[in-house]
Amino acid sequence: MRTTMQNWIGWIATAACACGLATTAAAEDAKAAAEQFIPLLVYRTGPYAPNGTPWANAKQDYIKLINARDGGVNGVKLTYEECETEYKTDRGVECYERLKGKGPTGAALFDPQSTGITFALTERAPVDKIPLITVGYGRSESQDGQVFMWNFPLLGTYWTAADVLVQHIAKKEGGFDKLKGKKIALVFHDSPFGKEPIPLLEEHAKLHGFELIKIPVTAPGVEQKSVWLQVRQQRPDYVLLWGWGVMNSTALKEAQATAFPRDRMLGVWWSGAEPDVKDVGEGAKGYSALTIQYGAGLSKVQKDILKYVHDKGQGTGPREEVGTVLYNRGLLIQMLSVEAVRRAQEHFGKGKPMTGEQIRWGLENLTLDQKKLDALGFGEMLKPVATSCADHVGASYARIQTWDGSRWVPGDLYEANQQMIAPMVHSAAAAYAASKNITARTAQTCQS
Amino acid sequence: MLYRENGQFKTSYAADQQLLPIAQDRWFMMALVACSLIAVPLLASDYALRALIIPFLILTIAAIGLNILVGYCGQISVGSAAFMGVGAYLAYNLTLRVPQLNFLVVLVLSGLGAALVGIAFGIPSLRIKGLYLAVATLAAQFFLDWAFARVRWLTADSPSGSVSTRSIQMLGWTVERPVDKYLLVLGLLCILTLAAKNLTRSHIGRAWMATRDMDVAADVIGVRPLSAKLSAFAVSSFYAGVAGALWGFVHLGSWEPAAFSVTMSFNLLFMIIIGGLGSMVGSFFGAAFFVLLPVLLNRAPASLGIELSTAMKSHVEAMIFGGLIVLFLAIEPRGLARLWAIGKEKLRIWPFPH
Repeated sequence: MRTTMQNWIGWIATAACACGLATTAAAEDAKAAAEQFIPLLVYRTGPYAPNGTPWANAKQDYIKLINARDGGVNGVKLTYEECETEYKTDRGVECYERLKGKGPTGAALFDPQSTGITFALTERAPVDKIPLITVGYGRSESQDGQVFMWNFPLLGTYWTAADVLVQHIAKKEGGFDKLKGKKIALVFHDSPFGKEPIPLLEEHAKLHGFELIKIPVTAPGVEQKSVWLQVRQQRPDYVLLWGWGVMNSTALKEAQATAFPRDRMLGVWWSGAEPDVKDVGEGAKGYSALTIQYGAGLSKVQKDILKYVHDKGQGTGPREEVGTVLYNRGLLIQMLSVEAVRRAQEHFGKGKPMTGEQIRWGLENLTLDQKKLDALGFGEMLKPVATSCADHVGASYARIQTWDGSRWVPGDLYEANQQMIAPMVHSAAAAYAASKNITARTAQTCQS
Repeated sequence: MLYRENGQFKTSYAADQQLLPIAQDRWFMMALVACSLIAVPLLASDYALRALIIPFLILTIAAIGLNILVGYCGQISVGSAAFMGVGAYLAYNLTLRVPQLNFLVVLVLSGLGAALVGIAFGIPSLRIKGLYLAVATLAAQFFLDWAFARVRWLTADSPSGSVSTRSIQMLGWTVERPVDKYLLVLGLLCILTLAAKNLTRSHIGRAWMATRDMDVAADVIGVRPLSAKLSAFAVSSFYAGVAGALWGFVHLGSWEPAAFSVTMSFNLLFMIIIGGLGSMVGSFFGAAFFVLLPVLLNRAPASLGIELSTAMKSHVEAMIFGGLIVLFLAIEPRGLARLWAIGKEKLRIWPFPH
């Protein structure tokens, strides 16, 4: 007994010493060259791994592409480190703390890949002066950059998504006036992520006179029998699916079992990727979901990735994954991050690593016109994006895509109606500012 | 040789009954407190403070609370995270609706609020025992989870159901830097540990332990089960409430209802089982085991220069962590605190074991 214990203590002591030595060595290495450090919060394990993995692979591949094809951003090499969050808030916070100080100028920006982690980091980012980008997720009211100086929900929020879905239903029905008396059910992941669209949908329900039925699904959503029993009893005209990970495929299977027509089910852009429908296959035929402008497919940038990264044996994930919905979204996110760095360099000095504060400026003054997007290889994937101090979204287009049993077929492109969203954003942001004692920036103080 | 109480004579009852009767223990404790008050703030990085030490200290408070209920009074509870949630949401509402309150007052009030809720959900313990009680406390967890997610007044009508806190102000001290937060939590932990330790040595603590060991016998010798059990629920929930308010305000800053889910309850229960039921030091060991070890395991491969993929690191972490739980429980089912006690016993007779 005694010897075993002493052995153990010895082992633990050795391990602790080794850890200490190795961390100091690693920290000194990083300070050497002109490098920009991009932290990657990922989840390759846990219940959301099937969706988190392609996303994470794409983000890494794009960094590799920039380094291999362009030699970095104006000569500044991009470095990265992944940290596994398992989609858990406490682990996400630990990862953020672990990575925020790496690299010569600290972490460039964070993409938390989870609404829960985004909420926790929103409190920390202003203190550490590191921007957060949440492409298509996060807090909807953070569109208002005058209050949320450090949050960038680029390309869309849950409110723009909900608005586009209502527009699409109206179009299918033949006009907004036809929505009167209809029943629309929201089947949502019972978390901040799932609850975000509710205020906007309620507003629409009031305006157009449809009934909104809210049905929460306990995370992670593998058990939905009672949910779909409710759907069967209430007989809604449409079901909006607001799920992530395993919840989506379960919902589609249950819809099939209860014979709810799949072409009357519409998903948010987190419910419309290959892992969500692949296992359901034919059963998901006719199901439509949003996608942030571009769904699956190979555009110029993916071909470059195959050429410069995968052909060299540097690919992060399997080759077949390139061009899938979530992979492409990962590319979009990483492209916007890199372009923010580039924009910051144009303003603060080319060829130098940028600090979080400078990249925040870059994100706020992002102007990607068609020419730039073409040059980046995103010309077919994205419409021009322009952000400003007041508008941290930049562009709020979304496309409907439909699963035909084997692939996602792209459909109509919509633009969210800011006339309804903007006042809601302002009042929610003002409430946040009041509760936190934040003074909103005005047009004059925006440039500081 | 070094750790021996020969020659330390006690000449009064007070000296004989003090918390740490052996002089070496007192020195060790003083050194430990001095180290955590002076050395840690000077040496620890922001990362260590914010990501490791602060959550460890806060969960220790919660673990001490749960240990009072489960370890000292023998009432199994799997609703401790819900009581933490009560503290957190109460503190949120107090700071939002009565902003002039001092944060310490808020903490005490959230603890008291959690204690009241704890008593309410402790009432079934008067009629049911053991695993049946565990199931009854699970009901508390589910009910409170539901309340945090559905009662919109609690979250001030936040559209997403998550809340974010203001910065902590008290007596002109803005608790913002990691060091400030650390000192606040450390101070509270010291006070609460001392209070809990002394409570367990008082007649109340003896009533708890009598109830735990055999409730019928305790009843016969004059311990009132009603007051013993409900006081354990109250004190335990008070600790959970304070810990919850700290978890929300000091550690997370913004949280969603899932932050106080049943997983957290189970983790707290596992913490005190691994650490040692009915032991103060066990609560510290258990919290350290659950907060620090996974992160260290996750970082170990990179520090040792072993290249592993992110997913593999995560799997290795889970495997070793699970293995260690089994290993420690196999070596000593009474927890890490018992191992610590055995170590001290061995040290006393070293170098002449008999």
